[in-house]
Amino acid sequence: MKKVAIIGYAQHPILKNAGALNEVELIMPVVHQLFDDLGIGQKDIDFTCSGSCDYLQGAAFAFVEGLSAIQTNPPIKESHVEMDAAWAMYESMLKIQMGDAQTALIYGFGKSSPGDLNAIISLQMDPYYISPLWPDRVSLAALQARVLLDQNIITKEQMLTTVVEARANSKNNRNALITDLINESDYFSHAMISSPLNNLDCPPISDGSSAMIIASEEKAYEFTDQPIWIEGIDHRIESSNLGARDLSTSATLQASINQLDLENIKFDIAELHTQFSHEVPFLKSLLNLQDVPTNLSGGPLIGNVMMCAGLDAIGKTYESLKDNQLKHGLAHATSGPCLQHNMLVHLETQK
Amino acid sequence: MSDSKDLLRAPFELAYNYKRSNGPIMSKFFEALGEQKILGTKSSTGKVFSPAAEFDPETHESLKEIVEVGPGGAVESFSWIETPQHHHLIKEPFAFALIKLDGADTCMLHMVANCNEADLSIGSRVTANWSEVQEQRITDIKFFTLEK
Repeated sequence: MKKVAIIGYAQHPILKNAGALNEVELIMPVVHQLFDDLGIGQKDIDFTCSGSCDYLQGAAFAFVEGLSAIQTNPPIKESHVEMDAAWAMYESMLKIQMGDAQTALIYGFGKSSPGDLNAIISLQMDPYYISPLWPDRVSLAALQARVLLDQNIITKEQMLTTVVEARANSKNNRNALITDLINESDYFSHAMISSPLNNLDCPPISDGSSAMIIASEEKAYEFTDQPIWIEGIDHRIESSNLGARDLSTSATLQASINQLDLENIKFDIAELHTQFSHEVPFLKSLLNLQDVPTNLSGGPLIGNVMMCAGLDAIGKTYESLKDNQLKHGLAHATSGPCLQHNMLVHLETQK
Repeated sequence: MSDSKDLLRAPFELAYNYKRSNGPIMSKFFEALGEQKILGTKSSTGKVFSPAAEFDPETHESLKEIVEVGPGGAVESFSWIETPQHHHLIKEPFAFALIKLDGADTCMLHMVANCNEADLSIGSRVTANWSEVQEQRITDIKFFTLEK
């Protein structure tokens, strides 16, 4: 494996409603901030890859419009994933591994405010057995929450603690959308949306964008003296047959843990793409992170830009390692109902 | 400026406005639903998938053997919706549930209605209620209700 490093990351302030700001106007500031910080331009980028969801904009090939945010003349090598931009980062890393690029720009964007996210996510499910029933994303997550609570894998108190800590940690995140603190009685007085999840257990509807630049070992030091290395990366997906999955565990995450040999690494920090409160204690237990500071950025519960929040977990891990001179960080990105598809990224500062 | 009646207009429907094939296995499942029967597929190790799966996600074995399951089953998990949203098919409080039908080893996602949240728990026995009109869709099962 060639060594690949993250050399920059930028995040738009997470907005409740970006209003008339369109996707291009959300992407441009973060890309230009990255270019300005590193003193480079699009001419220095060999490969550009974005992550977004056409369902959010409600039009086929809507992602193409996002390219208006970057300079595409002279022509560029470019790709897109209909996924969280964490997977755009994965594709870019493969491109560098194959020797087709030395540098890559990744961006993700999402505006959830104009539509009805619950209905839109229903449309993305299995069109034969699941979509016609219109299950909303919260109800699907709640199915897993109930299994975990019923089997005492997590507790309601851990869910409360997760929500309280996410809001307390929002002070570390200048781009956070939700910053007001809550206490136990606030939590238990909130009505259920889809029991056992109330609206504090769920992420806020969010608009925004993020961008990242990665580079090969040869190029990384040209642009920065503080690259953070992608030491390990692995992603696996479980069956789309929701009813055939064991929601009390994750065989695919366990396989990723083994593949990356995570059990022998002492992580200093972790950022998890946990959109619902029950997922934090569940993943901390699966990933053996009980003693590792997790989601110090507040995580998706204080701002959850669809198609960016996974890339943000990687970006926040990068920032935390860089700013605090830490050694090992673990980032997690997910997609699909009930943590169906998971990516783990082991980031490391130079020895 | 021209009057609005002069503007060109075109309908825009955000939907799956195309037809698609159900394939050899799911066709049998949906045809059976039209006759108020629920089918599953059985693997060589005897594991029964319902709704009928085309392949075993663990072994990747192609599944061909059809068996009848249900119409009763047990709730394996549920999420209770006290206030349905506009897109939900049931307008009264109801649950989305994973239901393991009798004779099946995997769960069907569907809805449970005509009960209170307190009446439901993991393990609750439920049975299929059929829609008035059968369209060979998953919604031919209107919802599940608690067994009397």
